[in-house]
Amino acid sequence: MANHSITITVNGGRDRLDVPSNLTLLQLLREKLALTGTKNGCAAGECGACTILMNGEPVNSCMVLAVEADGAEIVTVEGLADDGQLTPMQEAFVEHNAVQCGFCTPGVLISAHALLKRNPHPTEDEIKLALVGNLCRCTGYLRIIQAVQTAAENGILSSSKEGDA
Amino acid sequence: MLARPGLPSFDYVRAGALDEVPRLLEEHGEAARLLMGGTDLFVRMRDGFICPQIVVDVKHLPGMRDIWYDEQAGLTIGAAATMNEVARHPDVQAHYPLLAEAANSVASYPLRNRATMGGNLCNGSPAADTAPATLLLEGRIVLYGPNPSTSSGQCGEREVPADEFFLGPGATAMQPGELMTAVRFPVPPAGSAGRYLKLGRNKAGDLAIAGVAVFGFPDGTTSGYRFRIGLASVASVPLRAREAEELLAASPPGEEPFALAAEKAMEAAAPIDDVRASAAYRKAMVRALTLRALREVWAQMK
Repeated sequence: MANHSITITVNGGRDRLDVPSNLTLLQLLREKLALTGTKNGCAAGECGACTILMNGEPVNSCMVLAVEADGAEIVTVEGLADDGQLTPMQEAFVEHNAVQCGFCTPGVLISAHALLKRNPHPTEDEIKLALVGNLCRCTGYLRIIQAVQTAAENGILSSSKEGDA
Repeated sequence: MLARPGLPSFDYVRAGALDEVPRLLEEHGEAARLLMGGTDLFVRMRDGFICPQIVVDVKHLPGMRDIWYDEQAGLTIGAAATMNEVARHPDVQAHYPLLAEAANSVASYPLRNRATMGGNLCNGSPAADTAPATLLLEGRIVLYGPNPSTSSGQCGEREVPADEFFLGPGATAMQPGELMTAVRFPVPPAGSAGRYLKLGRNKAGDLAIAGVAVFGFPDGTTSGYRFRIGLASVASVPLRAREAEELLAASPPGEEPFALAAEKAMEAAAPIDDVRASAAYRKAMVRALTLRALREVWAQMK
């Protein structure tokens, strides 16, 4: 199986790595870079537990090959908080108890950050649509939606590491 | 189906030039697969339905992601344009809102950043959300590959009208050695309007249980209007409900012809029972969605 040399920027840090053809971006993040915040849920692009930002846009990293991410800028949940300082969105999640088991949370945060970047004042329906690809088995979504609404109302988006691409 | 994070072993090749692709496909035959967004391919590979040894990424070929509109020629969408790119493109929204709506109905926002127009059409699923709109807007799928008409061994381009493209579940008019480069749409008729109504097990994000597209415009028919009706997920291919369309061309638009047309559309559907719905439910929903879509399109046109 062919190996590929790729250059990838993850949470602001550039790496050069050799990857086999069949390694997914999710596996690269978790297994090669020890960024285990991003989770594997369904391996089919349906649950969103693996959602990260690639060049500023949310994607299911289980559905992207590492080699396809050559030259890309990646932001994972670890890249949201700035040196331990939670983003207003993350603080809203804490304030609203929008986290139970936490498994969906990294993907939800990424999708929610991306939503407010492209639509700073979403309606409740727009929030729901934006999070359709992030399944949560614990919370029933209510507090997640409220947290995103609070973050939107506060008008402050995120830390600078979010990726302005 | 186990949620194994990894993929089976294969070689990834990124095509650098268009004419490399037919050569690679012919060299490797069944062992090669084209890669667009990967949102169908990787799922089937993980499930063991297909086991390619070589995966040819064609997304980066020149023009594959371009979307452009010309007032004379119409709309061209590169095969690698993503669903989100199609849905939010100002020219698609302005001139082909039915297509924007259809592209926007696929899965979720992150998945739409990878799923492509080409993949959605060439995967040949009867449930493909962009297929009914492509049929109704008279799309022509552009294929590049070995050109049987020249017999000079040169590769060339050919166009397949959408209503000749879908042949069965997973089967399209693509020949071995071919790849799709774009889909082209003519300029739509003046005064046209369209809706795509997709029914899933939830309000958004699911595959279609039934998808109904309606496209209407003023025309020189008996009724003064023409309606086109496209159905997804209710037959072995995405299809047009031709008898329903003919009925609507003959009677002025109104609740009664719409209801009759919805019945005809239901008759055109030949769905199956599957995990998402029964055939009987799908048929009933075709009627309900067709009626609703006709009313909404007519309201937009008046």
